[in-house]
Amino acid sequence: MNTGETTAPKLGVQAATKIYRTASGDLLALDRCNLDVRANEIVSIVGPSGCGKTTLLWSMSGLHSLTGGEIRLDGKKITGPHPDIGIVFQEANLLPWRNLDANIRFPFEIKGEKPDRAWIAHLLNRVGLDGFGGKFPRELSGGMQQRAAIVRALALKPSVLLMDEPFGALDSFTREEMNRLVEEIWLDTKTTIVFITHSIEEAIFLSDRVVVLSARPGRVAKEYRVPFPRPRSLEIMATREVFDLTNRIKMDIVGERAAPKPTEQQRGSAEIVRIRP
Amino acid sequence: MSDAIPEFSKSRSGAKSGDGQDVSLTNLSAFASGPGIQSGKEVAAIVAVAVIIIGGIELALRLFHVPLYIMPPPSSIAYALFDEFPLIAPHLGYTLVELVSGFAIGAAVGLVLAAVITQFPFAEKIVAPYILLLVTTPMLALVPLLILRFGFGYTPRIIAVALAAGPMVMINAATGFRRVDSAKIALARSYGASTLQIFWKIRAPMALPMILVGLMIGAIFGLLTAVGAEMVGGGFGLGNRLTTYSSMIQMPQFFAVVLILSMLGILIYVLFFLIGKKWASWEA
Repeated sequence: MNTGETTAPKLGVQAATKIYRTASGDLLALDRCNLDVRANEIVSIVGPSGCGKTTLLWSMSGLHSLTGGEIRLDGKKITGPHPDIGIVFQEANLLPWRNLDANIRFPFEIKGEKPDRAWIAHLLNRVGLDGFGGKFPRELSGGMQQRAAIVRALALKPSVLLMDEPFGALDSFTREEMNRLVEEIWLDTKTTIVFITHSIEEAIFLSDRVVVLSARPGRVAKEYRVPFPRPRSLEIMATREVFDLTNRIKMDIVGERAAPKPTEQQRGSAEIVRIRP
Repeated sequence: MSDAIPEFSKSRSGAKSGDGQDVSLTNLSAFASGPGIQSGKEVAAIVAVAVIIIGGIELALRLFHVPLYIMPPPSSIAYALFDEFPLIAPHLGYTLVELVSGFAIGAAVGLVLAAVITQFPFAEKIVAPYILLLVTTPMLALVPLLILRFGFGYTPRIIAVALAAGPMVMINAATGFRRVDSAKIALARSYGASTLQIFWKIRAPMALPMILVGLMIGAIFGLLTAVGAEMVGGGFGLGNRLTTYSSMIQMPQFFAVVLILSMLGILIYVLFFLIGKKWASWEA
């Protein structure tokens, strides 16, 4: 999958398999999923709902354990939450009983560290939340809450940022604004980003690569390189290339849904892919 | 290996709008939308209505020559309140001692039990019917027994108050502790939080609004039980004043004590209302 580059992946997912044991039987959510994310790369994961995107991301974060396979960060196997990995959750996930300052201080409190005030101030300024530190989450719009959540995730200077459908609950204008903000922050920090989304447009605008997961059980079905230079303007999104790419990805996802179960032969070939040095 | 799936589906549909709602619907509106007075006009209206009601009762009672032993007019109750207060005050003190100490014991035990039991869902299922039994049994019924065992002092009353308040605090606090928001716990875990940190930084603050509701209900039940226990036996406390005055047909004094008890109840409500406004207003 690595196109000729020799550098080791920042985040390497190898044959990741996850089975949930539920009351109604075992549920195969991820099936031998392989994915390499290189340093300073933005990779989006799209796929039909329930395909295991969130499961994959939570496994990358160390919050979920895998049933099989492994995920390595800088070559070291992830066994639990890692200080080098920041997470931006769905719907901001701020603590409603804390004001913004206290919410951003939260990770430092847990770790027993002193907050890096200058860095936090810089981040707050970057996302346009200057002077909102005393506000409570309920006093802020959804977009502002998600900005604060991004600041919270970046406050500890992680080298990998995992974003789990962060803007799914926002209106499309706010979403575009947030997408530009993520790109700006990326240009600023070059943090490796893995981004889960339902929006193909969002995935194309943000990513160096878009990875399509197949319907349950989730495995990597397709991968698209997005070649446009950064910073990307919204005009790019209106070009023929983007239109075609969007449609191809859409067909992948819709086709997946209608496609029959993978045959034994396909399963076998996947197994061959799995075995590698 | 066996972590639950539902976090995404749950947090999508419910986390933000849902979990705030179910609490505010049941109890929290008491904290959030209590009657707030906004203008002088409203104050004037409130005073005017009070004057009309109290004056109307006074007038009606005098006009129809209602005997004093059935219903004394408000003016004589007010007079009795001032006149008898030095005599009633120490009894108010006794009742407060029983209420505060019994409530403190009951609330402390109830809170600890709620925090511990909610960590073990299986144990919770086994204990639940007994808790329900404690909540629904009027603890007043035990007072004669407690008096037999502990005599006519403070002890049986404090025990009764603790038994009345504790389960109320516990059942509400347990509801609070059970409100698990897996996304918020995942957030804490992603920074490597320990179980203890998750309890103090996520579970406890999340349970706080329900804990306050439990404390308020527990305190009011404690007051009822304290007064009831005083009426059963022992020569002191506001409940004892009630039985004494009514047996001597001193109705103005009797109603003066009733008035003090209502004030005490309102005080408890206002106290927890203010605490809730300060510490749990985020819920609204």
